[in-house]
Amino acid sequence: MAFQPVKSVLSAGGRHGLSENEKRDPIGLAVAALNRFAQSDLIDRLGIRRSSEQTVFRVTSAGFRTAGAAGRAFARAGKAGAGKRVPSAAGKGLFDLTPTEDEQMLVDVVKEFAAEVVRPAAAEANETCTAPDDLLKASLEIGLPILGVAEDLGGIATERSAVGGVLVHEALAHGDLGLAVAALSSGAVATALSLYGTDEQQSTYLPAFAGDEVPAAALVLAEPTALFDPLAPAAKATRKGDGFVLNGVKSGVARGAEAELFVVGAELDGAPQLFLVESKTSGVTIESDPSMGVRAAGLTRLLLEDVEVEPIALLGDAAVHREVVQNSRLAWCALAVGTGQAVLDYVTPYVKERQAFGEPIAHRQSVAFMVANIAIELQGMRLLTYKAASRVAQGKDASREIALARRLCAEKGMQIGLDGVQLLGGHGYVKEHPVERWYRDLRAIGLMEGAVLV
Amino acid sequence: MINLETPKKVRPLVDQAHQVAMNMLRPISRKYDAAEHEYPKELDMLAAMIDGLSESGASGGAGAAGVRRDESAEEKAGNKNGANLASVLSIMEMCWGDVGLLLSMPRQGLGNSAIASVANDEQLERFKGTWAAMAITEPGIGSDSANLSTTARKDGDEYVLNGEKIFVTSGERADSVVVWATLDKSMGRAAIKSFVVQKGTPGMNVERLEHKLGIRASDTAVITFTDCRVPAANLLGSPEIDTKQGFAGAMATFDNTRPLVAAMAVGCARASLDLTRDILEQAGIAIDYDRPALSQSAAAATFLQLEADWEAAYLLTLQSAWMADNRKPNSMEASMAKAKAGRMGTDVTLRCVELCGTLGYSEAELLEKWGRDSKILDIFEGTQQIQQLIVARRILGLSSAELK
Repeated sequence: MAFQPVKSVLSAGGRHGLSENEKRDPIGLAVAALNRFAQSDLIDRLGIRRSSEQTVFRVTSAGFRTAGAAGRAFARAGKAGAGKRVPSAAGKGLFDLTPTEDEQMLVDVVKEFAAEVVRPAAAEANETCTAPDDLLKASLEIGLPILGVAEDLGGIATERSAVGGVLVHEALAHGDLGLAVAALSSGAVATALSLYGTDEQQSTYLPAFAGDEVPAAALVLAEPTALFDPLAPAAKATRKGDGFVLNGVKSGVARGAEAELFVVGAELDGAPQLFLVESKTSGVTIESDPSMGVRAAGLTRLLLEDVEVEPIALLGDAAVHREVVQNSRLAWCALAVGTGQAVLDYVTPYVKERQAFGEPIAHRQSVAFMVANIAIELQGMRLLTYKAASRVAQGKDASREIALARRLCAEKGMQIGLDGVQLLGGHGYVKEHPVERWYRDLRAIGLMEGAVLV
Repeated sequence: MINLETPKKVRPLVDQAHQVAMNMLRPISRKYDAAEHEYPKELDMLAAMIDGLSESGASGGAGAAGVRRDESAEEKAGNKNGANLASVLSIMEMCWGDVGLLLSMPRQGLGNSAIASVANDEQLERFKGTWAAMAITEPGIGSDSANLSTTARKDGDEYVLNGEKIFVTSGERADSVVVWATLDKSMGRAAIKSFVVQKGTPGMNVERLEHKLGIRASDTAVITFTDCRVPAANLLGSPEIDTKQGFAGAMATFDNTRPLVAAMAVGCARASLDLTRDILEQAGIAIDYDRPALSQSAAAATFLQLEADWEAAYLLTLQSAWMADNRKPNSMEASMAKAKAGRMGTDVTLRCVELCGTLGYSEAELLEKWGRDSKILDIFEGTQQIQQLIVARRILGLSSAELK
């Protein structure tokens, strides 16, 4: 066993973003003591601290920890055999960038919703780390949770609807990325059930998603470790009788505090698999995990401790797991495109109005070229995303296209976020303008796994 | 219905172009890089073959003639995949073979694109089969082509040209040169017209050929015009100086040729990626599309990034051609494609050289050549900066006086 030095008071590492190599010197020690005093209740009792420093107790406050939501009882129904499936979209074999009429109608509705309802609610939802109830209710009216669900199962999909899904994700994210994730997370679970569920899984869970009281639900793939690979999750499933026992820590869980049903990635017999976990199952714990952005989605962690689930829990196989990982990444690409477009649409009038040296800053090439490059890279991101989606819809392998779209959207999306703030200068850094939020949201692209699905 | 796959009906043409590139261009690629200014005689046979295919209709309208927008054609409803898409796809394949040789292809010059874009029907018929080079740039002007100083003076049934043109691709080999000249410099860009000057016209002289960084198979000429008389009927388009229409007529050529140059960069970069992937695999580096890039080797992560950038340029190019096929104005998208493909082309080819080390740097492989060839594609037919300017003006709704 390697020699482990005793951790002394001089050792500062392992917390507060410090590496293990950080050591305190005497002055640092004094400062640390002062800081502890400053954090104590004493000054509060003395009434020194301003009330504005208090944080709202919701998901925003670190350390919020609870059992999974009480949740409804999903009555078992159906048989163990194959579920209903939608067919792949039939291609005409022509290059085409025009959505179908149905897709366009859907996008128009979602665009209006994004502009009228989502965008105005975005700033406050970011602060409270919650999506407003009325917004979520309205999202049910336009059918968001059942977009990817087969018609036969109470949804609206008559064929594989990855393109429609991508267009909807893009349009919603133009309103706000965090709220888009919140509004789409139940749909991710419903889509997975429709695409991959057995008759029993579909009959047991899907009716609730097609009804009036749609449960909050989350597709859970990420884990809080560096270099996380969803194809090799640390979360483990072991067999017990006919069922399974799950253990592990998952992250990036949208609306975790309210979610009644999770689809969780965990390793079983050496291969990654998906499991349906009801929130009320014993051993399920939700821990708040407020992050840099995507805050309106109410991100949490999901702690699984000897969580026992029945045979019905296993969703699909390792190939299905891989497909879900891919198509979730594709959905994130669409969110990046929508957010990138929001940045472009915001900075364009701004740089034409903002004056410097006696003329609009848009008249300077250094500014104008930045805007041009946002437009160029954004369109590239969009085309890669559409291409991948059209392959998914047509039942073609899209591993390559999704990987490339994700790579491009992660890199160029972040650049667009950076440039958006930069073009507004100091004004971009303050919350009076939404670009700082888009900057934080766009950092999620490329590292997020799960939560959304097309 | 959104679909970004290569259209079925163009696939045979693309496959054919790929075979030509592989079996005809690649074997002589290094030869004419080394023997600059030597005429690639192998191309004559290839050109004859392509002409034959065109006549049989098997080429699907590929090549320079494909950029013409047929205004008289009846508007058919619905989505079209036509000559523009076919052209960019086949040019990508040919430039996967060799950019310099593609540029030297008889009867496929940029001047042919200009003729196809702005000539009237009579001229189109008369200049059928000619190999036309394009002469715009002068020693004193490059990107600001509206400011050119070669003059054309009307004298009876002829125009008299005077001036010096540089960077004329295939200027010595071509049958004719499309020359940009001003009828009246004081009238600005509206007075700029293009003229077809046949080789051997008295007063036209090829002064020298340039020695270049890359595309060395393609000759680049300096041509002078001294009281060079051309028939008035060789002025392409309208002889009137229409200040309202301004430069638009001449510049329309670029909306058609920029997607082609973007396609060249896409093809060249694809060659680099294909070979680099092969070399990396031999070195034990496999590219995994599903595992996070950061969990793979730095070489694999770099490759994924390059391929993603490549794909963006590729799709932007197809978009601009598809828009032209469907008669949608594509000036901005053509510039987007050219800007993205131009910078992607150099970035990808140069980083592929780096990824392959001294093997990539050596003349033993073609990677170093592609690293040199690609640079011109971010310069001619409008530099990176000009493309950004065009895109910026469109996005911001600013005039050239506001955004200089």
